[in-house]
Amino acid sequence: MSRFGIVVFPGTWSDRDCAHALAVAGHPSVRLWHQDQDLQGVDCVILPGGFSYGDYLRAGAIASHAPIMAAVRRHVDRGGLVLGICNGFQVLCEAGLLPGALLRNAALQFRCQPVTLRVERVDTPFSHTCRAGARLRIPVSHGEGRYYADPAMLARLEQRGQVLFRYVDAAGRLDPEANPNGSVAGIAGIVNERGTVLGMMPHPERACEMVLGSADGLRVFQGIAEAGAGAAR
Amino acid sequence: MPTDHRDRFVADVVVTLKPVVNDPQGDVVREALHTLGFAEVAGVRVGRYLAVEVTADRATARARVDAMCQQLLCNGVIEEYRFTLRPADRSVPAPP
Repeated sequence: MSRFGIVVFPGTWSDRDCAHALAVAGHPSVRLWHQDQDLQGVDCVILPGGFSYGDYLRAGAIASHAPIMAAVRRHVDRGGLVLGICNGFQVLCEAGLLPGALLRNAALQFRCQPVTLRVERVDTPFSHTCRAGARLRIPVSHGEGRYYADPAMLARLEQRGQVLFRYVDAAGRLDPEANPNGSVAGIAGIVNERGTVLGMMPHPERACEMVLGSADGLRVFQGIAEAGAGAAR
Repeated sequence: MPTDHRDRFVADVVVTLKPVVNDPQGDVVREALHTLGFAEVAGVRVGRYLAVEVTADRATARARVDAMCQQLLCNGVIEEYRFTLRPADRSVPAPP
């Protein structure tokens, strides 16, 4: 059984939803305070959604320098798993643990709506329970989710297969209408080169029970749990 | 640490999106200016202004503020920065 740690910064609000989604999936979790120096030996760190430090300066900028992030960096260096959701994705980019940046949505509106994601790779701990090309129905909820990488960085990402999720239409095709924020190449989620750190704007924890309209988000958490259970400690 | 008044500076730091990065906020402001009749407005870029007060000699202040910009105040992936130094004046809050 994998152990999950959910980081709480001032202004984080999705930690309880993540804990609930993990409980639904049958996995306990602990909260990790932003001032903590260690990760209590967890296998996977979740950086949840919210508005850490009020999004002051830039979304995720202040949180990326919080004391807990030094421990998260060591965890990543050891090959530990990290899932950054929404504000957590912004934190990972600001920390330099993932390439690129997240800008104000192209439409300048906060977007809170279900989207369809296409799974681009199934050989990562986060997606190995999915079929290749599978489509997941998961909501987004953000004002600054427009993924940006300059052309050279984007080419590297594509070449190394670091794009894990893209916004697509119901038929699984890239479509500007299906892209809620104007992200380059329809990018909704990327992994680092080792495939151990995932940042994604959509909220899998909000799609973990059919009463919420979809349980597709559980696949991400179950994938991590099964990968963690098989990993050497 | 020097505390003499002459060794206090304010760095006026301006951070903007790189020219290659689309700025929808700036585009909306440009359209609003057009609506108001300012037809000569060709473009608007929205940025961020920070007044950073530092206690150090001028050369040190310049180097330290530059490091602050690179480590925190500016995200080099999407933004660029510039700043000027001026002596701090405690009695009058200086405009940007």
